[in-house]
Amino acid sequence: MTTEAHVEVKNLEKRYPVQKSVFRSAKDFIHAVDGVNFSIAPGESLGLVGESGCGKTTTGRMLVKLLEATSGQVLLKTDGEVVDIANITDKDDLKSFRSDVQMIFQDPFESMNPRRTVYDTIAEPLTVQRIGTVPERETKVAELLNLVGLTPAESFMFRFPHELSGGQRQRVAIARALIVDPTFVVADEPTSMLDVSIRISVMDLMLKLAERLDVSYLYITHDLAVARYMCDRIAVMYLGKIVELAPTEDLLANPMHPYTKALLSAVPVPDPSYKRPPVEIKGGISKSINPQPRCRFYDRCPMAREDICGPQDHPPLEEKAPDHWVACYLVDKQSA
Amino acid sequence: MALEQKPGDLQADPLVALEGAEDLPAIELTDPLWRIRLRLLWRNFKKNWGLFAENKIGLVGLFIIGVFALMAIAHPVLMATVWGGDNTEIYDPVIGYDAVVKEFIVVEVVTDPLSEIELIDARFTNINAQVGDIISQPQQPAPPSSKHLLGTDPLGRDVLSQLMFSTRAAFFLGMVAALVTVFIATTVGSMAAFFRGFVDSFLMRLADLILLMPLIPILIVIGGFWTIELWQLGVIIGVLNGFGGVAIVLRSQALAVSVKPFVDAARVAGGSKWHLIFRHVIPNVLPLSFLYMMFGVTEAISLEAVLSFFGLLNVDMSWGLMISVAQAEGYLLRGLDVWWLLFPAGMAVSVLAAAFFLVGRAMDEVVNPRLRQR
Ligand SMILES: Nc1ncnc2c1ncn2[C@@H]1O[C@H](COP(=O)(O)OP(=O)(O)OP(=O)(O)O)[C@@H](O)[C@H]1O
Ligand code: SF4
Ligand SMILES: [Mg+2]
Repeated sequence: MTTEAHVEVKNLEKRYPVQKSVFRSAKDFIHAVDGVNFSIAPGESLGLVGESGCGKTTTGRMLVKLLEATSGQVLLKTDGEVVDIANITDKDDLKSFRSDVQMIFQDPFESMNPRRTVYDTIAEPLTVQRIGTVPERETKVAELLNLVGLTPAESFMFRFPHELSGGQRQRVAIARALIVDPTFVVADEPTSMLDVSIRISVMDLMLKLAERLDVSYLYITHDLAVARYMCDRIAVMYLGKIVELAPTEDLLANPMHPYTKALLSAVPVPDPSYKRPPVEIKGGISKSINPQPRCRFYDRCPMAREDICGPQDHPPLEEKAPDHWVACYLVDKQSA
Repeated sequence: MALEQKPGDLQADPLVALEGAEDLPAIELTDPLWRIRLRLLWRNFKKNWGLFAENKIGLVGLFIIGVFALMAIAHPVLMATVWGGDNTEIYDPVIGYDAVVKEFIVVEVVTDPLSEIELIDARFTNINAQVGDIISQPQQPAPPSSKHLLGTDPLGRDVLSQLMFSTRAAFFLGMVAALVTVFIATTVGSMAAFFRGFVDSFLMRLADLILLMPLIPILIVIGGFWTIELWQLGVIIGVLNGFGGVAIVLRSQALAVSVKPFVDAARVAGGSKWHLIFRHVIPNVLPLSFLYMMFGVTEAISLEAVLSFFGLLNVDMSWGLMISVAQAEGYLLRGLDVWWLLFPAGMAVSVLAAAFFLVGRAMDEVVNPRLRQR
């Protein structure tokens, strides 16, 4: 697996200090991402699913170097070479990293500078990295506008964000991410702020582009239905830990972790009038501040066994069935 | 199972979203980029002007500023024409002199210089005259006449000419103070907000310190060491203002801007720190800066009057100096008798300062959509 992975994440951790006083250094930490492992194959799209606050965005931001990891590694394969992105500090290396790895943000209303035109926004990676001449950039921007379905390109190029709809803005954000021909894109809930009717078209667009341009995605979402539509594999995250990781259809047909099962029973349907049925799990979201050394899901788990889960640390992520990884003591290993 | 209704089942045409948006005229791509940008700037300007013009107080302010600007422009024109040539010596605002001669009838001759007499019209000393004589005396200050529409000052100079000439100094000072304020406040505020940490703490503690310094006493102290030039006053006001209160306000605005996702997006695009600051943070702080620029002009114009009044400013002629001269010659407390000495200059200071303030208020409503009445 290691050799063919495009992106490999090893024991990635991010802690935020909870500052109690200005004069004392922090003793408490939020374990936003707490030892996460996964890998993404070239051209693969991995879904990262979990409820609000579980650390999805934090993970994604560490992968694009918007955030420094507390510990752990992110290995990226570029031009056949595997590099730890933490070691990319050199100006030229950083430049090639910035065109190799891109991100699409959650909120299309906030991810475009209101004072810059669509052209400025999309061409920004080219401008700041000094790629091409102005006419070349113009051509490239027009090309990408056509690619993401904003046609005719000339009528969109010099609009300001407030002259676009939410879906159009997210298409602009996609175009900006793709203009430097990245090989890996982190998409942080790119459709969650959009109208349901526009969501599908944006998701279809991303699928089409992934296929055509051969990019790998880390697709962050809280919506299993969206993940199913978009992703080859799904990683389910809970309080900074990945609790289950399996190919999409396998995970949905045969969920093993109690949290995944609960999630599946409450899959949100992309329909505004649809009401969530009560979730099977008890209690509210646990705190990720200085978590106790036991299964993160223990307090809410309907299957929890005091004798087994109680005294032990958080269960390791193990391959319980072929290519189906679960972090739970009560899930038996199935023979292949 | 809920999953059966997969998102793909929903019908959605990608073009649905496109039709909703208003149709803007297509911009020909054959145009060079700069020309397109110019046209966009013009379009934005028109839009903002529309918002500004909705507010009548802003228009009133602009109108007043326009009138003063005309006065400033008219002065050299008048000096070259009506007030020019042989008249220069009369109408020059600084070195001009005109003796308006008036005839007086001597009503009483006092031998004891210390005796108190009631003044009817004027009192002259060292004049050999008998009661009943008619003597001609040059009169300064002279009340308005057809020759001097606003009269002359205690030194025999034309007040209208002084008033118009001083407008230029007021604009110049306001401009210097405002530009320095905006430049410093925007830079300091944006840097502090963007870099956070030590830079932020250092700049903001400095700002607190400067904020605490009382402007007028400081200027008086500085004025005690050397006579301040007009541009120096502008720079001092700009620095103290820009590094103090305005920087603190702009920093909080910049703080809100620099955590926006578009700044992260630019970072992911590979933008350097300076790219982020100059292309993303500052352009979004600048509208607020311009607002404070207007208030800065107001303050500078008022301060000039105060400093000139104390005689701390090295300036040929200004509204404050006009009042100061009246004061030095002992006319300050004779208000209505010599109204032309105090009233025009005082009004000019107040009205022009107020006009910039009004423009600032109207701009506030363009910049802060929350204040918009709708
Ligand atoms: N800058 C920060 N300082 C302190 N805590 C933070 C910071 N950013 C995130 N956190 C905390 O880290 C945890 C994970 O946050 P994160 O944004 O990654 O969640 P998420 O899974 O993306 O949630 P959502 O679905 O709401 O976007 C949360 O508990 C959050 O409060
Ligand atoms: S380890 Fe125990 S508490 Fe944790 S998920 Fe499995 S059953 Fe629940
Ligand atoms: Mg998030």
